[in-house]
Amino acid sequence: MAASRPNPEDHAPGSRTPEGRAAPEEHGSETPHDDRPPPPVVALRDVWKSYGAVAALRGARIELHAGEAHALVGENGAGKSTLIKVLAGVRQPDRGVLELDGAATEFKSPQDARAAGVAVIHQEPALFPDLSVAENVFAGRQPRGRFGRIDEHAMRERARALLARLGVPLDPRRPARGLSIADQQIVEIAKAVSLETRALVMDEPTAALSGPEVDRLFSVVNALRAEGTAVLFVSHRFAEVTALCQRVTVLRDGAHVSTGPLAETTVDQLVARMVGREPDALFVRPGKQRPPGEVVLEVEGLSRAGAFRDVGFRVRAGEIVALAGLVGAGRSEVARAVFGVDRRDAGRVTVAGRALPNGRPRAAMAAGLALVPEDRRQQGLVLAASVQRNATLPRARQLSRFGFLVGGAERRAAREWATRLRTRYGDLDDPVGTLSGGNQQKVVLAKWLATGPRVLIVDEPTRGIDIGTKAEVHRLIAQLAADGVAILLISSELPEVLGMADRVLVMREGRLVADLPRETADEERVIRAATGQEAPA
Amino acid sequence: MSTEAPSRATRAPLRDTLRLPRRLAGWDAAVVVLTVLTLVVASGTVEEFGTTRNATFLILDLAPVLLLALPMTLIVVSGEIDLSVASTVGLTSALMGELWAAGMPLETIIPLAVLAGAVLGAFNGLLVTVLGLPSLAVTIGTLALYRGLAYVLLGDTAVADFAREYTRWTIGSLGGGWVPNVVPPILLLVTVFAVVLHATPVGRSLFAMGANDTAAAFSGIPVERTKFWLYVIAGAVAGLVGAYWTLRYSTARADNAEGLELTVVAAVLLGGVSIYGGRGTLLGVVAGVVLLSSLQNALRLAKVSADALTVVTGTLLILSVLLPNVTAALRARLARRAARAVPPPRGPEPPPPGTRSPAPEPTRRDGTP
Amino acid sequence: MTVTARPPEPPKEGRRRGGAALLDAVLRFRALGLVVALVLLVATTWLANSRFLSAQSVRDILLSTALTLLLACGMTMVVVGRGIDLSVASVLGLSAFGTATVLADHPGLPVPLAALVGVGIGAACGAVNGVVIAYGRVPALVATLGTLYVFRGLVYFLAGGSRISAGELPRGFLDFGTARVLGVPWLFLIAVAALLAVGEFLRRHRAGRDLYAIGSHEEAARLAGIPIPSRLLLAYVVSGTLAGLGGVLYAARYGTVDASAGYGMELDIVAAVVVGGVAIFGGSGSVFGAALGALLLTVINNALPVLGVDPFWQRAVVGALIIAAIALDRLVALRVAASLRGRDADVH
Repeated sequence: MAASRPNPEDHAPGSRTPEGRAAPEEHGSETPHDDRPPPPVVALRDVWKSYGAVAALRGARIELHAGEAHALVGENGAGKSTLIKVLAGVRQPDRGVLELDGAATEFKSPQDARAAGVAVIHQEPALFPDLSVAENVFAGRQPRGRFGRIDEHAMRERARALLARLGVPLDPRRPARGLSIADQQIVEIAKAVSLETRALVMDEPTAALSGPEVDRLFSVVNALRAEGTAVLFVSHRFAEVTALCQRVTVLRDGAHVSTGPLAETTVDQLVARMVGREPDALFVRPGKQRPPGEVVLEVEGLSRAGAFRDVGFRVRAGEIVALAGLVGAGRSEVARAVFGVDRRDAGRVTVAGRALPNGRPRAAMAAGLALVPEDRRQQGLVLAASVQRNATLPRARQLSRFGFLVGGAERRAAREWATRLRTRYGDLDDPVGTLSGGNQQKVVLAKWLATGPRVLIVDEPTRGIDIGTKAEVHRLIAQLAADGVAILLISSELPEVLGMADRVLVMREGRLVADLPRETADEERVIRAATGQEAPA
Repeated sequence: MSTEAPSRATRAPLRDTLRLPRRLAGWDAAVVVLTVLTLVVASGTVEEFGTTRNATFLILDLAPVLLLALPMTLIVVSGEIDLSVASTVGLTSALMGELWAAGMPLETIIPLAVLAGAVLGAFNGLLVTVLGLPSLAVTIGTLALYRGLAYVLLGDTAVADFAREYTRWTIGSLGGGWVPNVVPPILLLVTVFAVVLHATPVGRSLFAMGANDTAAAFSGIPVERTKFWLYVIAGAVAGLVGAYWTLRYSTARADNAEGLELTVVAAVLLGGVSIYGGRGTLLGVVAGVVLLSSLQNALRLAKVSADALTVVTGTLLILSVLLPNVTAALRARLARRAARAVPPPRGPEPPPPGTRSPAPEPTRRDGTP
Repeated sequence: MTVTARPPEPPKEGRRRGGAALLDAVLRFRALGLVVALVLLVATTWLANSRFLSAQSVRDILLSTALTLLLACGMTMVVVGRGIDLSVASVLGLSAFGTATVLADHPGLPVPLAALVGVGIGAACGAVNGVVIAYGRVPALVATLGTLYVFRGLVYFLAGGSRISAGELPRGFLDFGTARVLGVPWLFLIAVAALLAVGEFLRRHRAGRDLYAIGSHEEAARLAGIPIPSRLLLAYVVSGTLAGLGGVLYAARYGTVDASAGYGMELDIVAAVVVGGVAIFGGSGSVFGAALGALLLTVINNALPVLGVDPFWQRAVVGALIIAAIALDRLVALRVAASLRGRDADVH
C-alpha cells in the first residue's frame, strides 16, 4: 500500500515548535483525499524476523501517520512485541524496509530510533530507581550550563514544566523508586515529549493500570495526538482500543492480516481476523464430562498483604474451575500462595484433607499439588538446562535409586513424557531454550504431569503459543479432568475460560467477587464481575 | 556428568552412548588434556619433577586447594561465591594453636576445628540466605573479619610443637611408600562431592538454582535452605583444611593460608565452572587444581621465582572467563555477518521460514511456529 | 479476546510522597549517623587520653586518611557503576615501587615527572581492568581479583626482595611527603582535591550521572543510549589513576618502599566505601559518604591503641563494619519496600 514516494521537500515534517513537535499535518486520518497523501511518519513494509528456527515476523507491515492513533492487535505470539522491537531499534529485521517520512532508513540501535523521533513506552517502564524523576526524563542528555556542568535547576524546571503539561504534578526531585506503574509511564511519556517524539509506541501500557489511571493516560495521549504525534497502541482490551484509536492493524502468526478504520470494524470481525477462524469454533471442551467427585483442593480465608484478601474456594476431583479477572487482580498471586512459593499471611490450604504448611512447595507437591506457572521462561523452566533436566526436575527424588540418579532413569522418564505430549525437540540434551514456545510449554506440562498430581493449577497455559498447540493443551487439560484430576485454570482469555470451565471464579482487586456455574457464565457476566461495573451475579 | 557415563554406556541405547564424547568436548575436557600435557612435559623437561619424592610433595601441597575447591565448586554452581574460605582456614588454625597451647588433646581439637569452621560457614550462610545479602560482599566482609579474629587470637606469634604422631602421620606416606597418608581420605571426599553434584537430586537442584533460582523454587527446590547448608559444608571443610594445614607445617599462625582463596577460585573457574552459576563439572575442577598446583611446583623446581606464579595464577583466572567470552562474541559476530550476507534486502519471494540461517541470539522467542 | 473494560478504582493520591521521604530520611540518617559515630569515638578517645587531639596526632590521622580517601574516591566511581576494584592496593604498591625506583635510579629527575610515572602506571593498570571488564565482559570481581595478584606479583618480581630506603630518595620528594600548608599536610589537601573533583564529576557531569544510571539499571541505561563500556572503562581508569597517585604519596610519606607496600589495603577501601553508604549493588551513594567512611576507619585505627585495645582487632573491625553496613542497607531497603507494599494493600 501507499508505495508512492513523494518528494521529501513537499512534505517536510512541518515547522517545529519550541518543543520540537511537528505541526499537525493536513491529511485526515481516515479519508486521504489526495492522490499523493503525505507519507507516514514511520512505516514498516514487508518485515521478516526470525529468532533461530522461529519466525516471529513474516511479512508484517504498518504505517503510523501524524495525528493518528493506530491500534495493533493480535493474539499472544502474533509478533506484536517483535514488531515493536523493530520500531524501537532493539532488533533489526532480517529483511524488509523501515521508512521514515517516506524514505527508507535503518535503526541500528535504540538511539537511532530515538534520534528519528520514535519513542517506545513499555508495559513496565525501565526507569532508574535510584535517580530522580527529572534525571530519568533527561538521562544521558541533561541540560548543561557552564563548563559542561549539569544545570540542575534548569533540568528540574524543565521536568516540572513537562509534567505540568501532561497534567501530572510529580515532584521532579523525588527518586523513581516507589512510583506506581502509572506514574512511571508518565515519566516515560515526559521523556518521549522532551525528546521531540513524532511517533509514540505504547506496548500494552494499560495492563497494570486502574480506571482513573487509564483515563489520565488517555487524555495525555490524546493531547499529544492533537499536537500531531503519531501513536501506536498495542492492547488486548477492545474497549480501550475503540476509545483511543482511529485505525487498527491485525497481526496473525507474524503476518499482516488487515488494516482499516476502526469505525468500520466490529469487535467480532477483529477477533475473527486475529484467530483466523470464527470465534465460536474455538475452545469447545472435548470429551465427556462426568459429575465431579469429592473436594480435593480447599482454600479458606487466604490473604497476603498487597496482593489478595480473604480468598476461599473449593475444587473437586474431575472439575475444571477457572479463575478469571483482569491482569493484576491477584490470580497468579493466589496460585503461588496456594503452592507455597509465596508465603501467605493468613488462611488455610487443604489438599485431599491434608493441611499444607505455609511456604513449603515440596510439601504441597507431596500432597499431590502441581503448579504450571504463568511465566514459562522465568518460573517454569531453566532455559539453559536440557530438556531432560527440566522435564525431570521436580521428580529427581522419585527417580533416584537409594538416593542416586543412575542408569538413565531420568532419560527414560523424560522421553516417555515428551513423547506422550508430542513435544518436538532435537535432542533431550538440547537446552530447552532452543525449543519453540509451544514446545517449551509442553515441557513444563510434562514436568508437572509426570508427578501424577491430584490437583493441577495451570496459570495462563496457552499464553504465547501457536493455535495448534493451544488446542492440544486444551484437549490435555480436559483429558486430565476426565481422569479425575482437580484443575484450577487461570486464564485471561475469556473464550478459553468459558470453553473449558465447569465453574468460573472471578477476582477483582485481590478479592474473589463471583462464582459462576458453567450454565450461567457468559462473557458479559464475567466482565462485569471482573470490572465491578454492576453487582455481580 | 562423566561420573554417570559408565553406567549409561552399559544400559542406554547406542545413540546415548555416542553422546559422551560430545559432552566431554567442553572446556573441562580441554583442561583435563592440558593438565595431562603439563604433567608429561614437566616430567620430561624439569629436573626432579617426575620423581616420587616430588609427587609426594606435590600431593601434600595441592591437598588444601583441592579440598577447598570441592565445596567451592558446589557453591559457584549454585550461583554464589565464598571468598572467606582461606580466612576460615586461618582462624581455625589459630584456634587450634590456642587450644593446643591451653593443653587440650588433639583428639578433641580437630573435631572442634571442623565444628568451628561449620559455625563460621553458617554465619556466612545466614547472611546470604536469611538476610538475602550478596554473597560476594558478605564473604569479602568475613574474609577480613575471620582473618582479623585469627590475629586477635594469636597476634603475630606462632604455636608449634604439635603432637609428633599427628604431624608425622600428616606428612607421612602409606606403608612407607610415596603415596601420602592423606590420599585415601581426600579421594573419598572427592568421590562424595562428585557423586553428590552429578548423580543425586541435590546435585540436580544445585545446577537448576544456579541457572535460574526462580524456576528452581517453582520446582519445589528449597533454594535458601540448600544454599545455607552449602556454606556450612564449605566452612566445615575449611576447618578440616585448617587442621591439616596446622599439622602439615606443625605451626599455627594467624596468616596461615592467607590469599589461598584466589588459588581456589582460580582453580574452580579454570576447571570450567561458570562464574554465573549453573554449569561445571567436578572432574574439570580436579583437573584445574592439579594443573595449577603442578605448574607452580614445576616452576618452583625450575627456579622461576614464586612471584611469577602469582602472575600466572591471576592471569589464568582472568583468561578462564575472558577466553570463552571473546570466542562467543567472535562466533556471534561471524554468524551475524553470515546471516546478513544471505538474504537480499528485498527479494520478490520470501523464503519459507525454516530455511533461514539460525540467528546468533537465543535470547527471546515469541513463541510463533 | 480478553476481558475488556477496566476497573474503576479510587485514585491513590496522597501516598506518593511517603516512599521518597522515607528514603531521603534514611540516606540523610546515614551521613548523620557516621558523623555522630565519629564525634562519639573522638570524644571517648579524647577523654581517655587528651593527647589524641594534639596537633601531631590529628596530623597523623589526616595523613593516614589521605591515602584511604584517595583510593576510596576511585572505588566509589567503580561501585556506583555496579562494579568493584579489588586491585587498588596492588596498583598502589606497583606505583609506589615504580616511582621510588625511578627516583632512586635517576637522582636528577624532577619530582613531578617521577610522580607522573607513578600516576601513569596506575592509569595503565586501571585501563587493563577496564578493558577486561567493560569490553571482555568479565565480572569485575573475577577480573580485579586476578589483577590484584598479577599486579602484586609484578611488584615482587621487580623488587626481587629488595627495598628502596629513604636514603636513596631525593630530599625534596621526602619533604613533600611531610610538608604542610597552614598546619595541614599536603597529602591530605591532595586527597581532598581529588575528593572534590570526583564529587563534582559524579554529581554534575553527564558521564558521572551515567555511572549512577548504569549501576541503577543497566538495561535501561543501554536503552537510553548511554555508552556503557566507555563509561565503565573511565571509572576503572580513574580508580587506577588515583591508586597510582596514592602510590606516589605513599612513597613520599614513608620513604621506605618494598614490594608489600599497601598490602591488604583493598579491604579498608571497600569497607570505607560501603560504610560510607555507597550501595554495593550500585546506583546510589556519594563520594562524600565514602570520605566519611574513610575518616571513620582511620580514626578507629588510631583510637584502638589509645583506648588500650589490641591493635590486632583492627582487621576484624573492618570486616565487621563491612557486614554491618550491607546488612543495615538491606534491612532499610526491606523496611521501605514493606511500607510501600503496605500502602498498596489498603486498597480494596
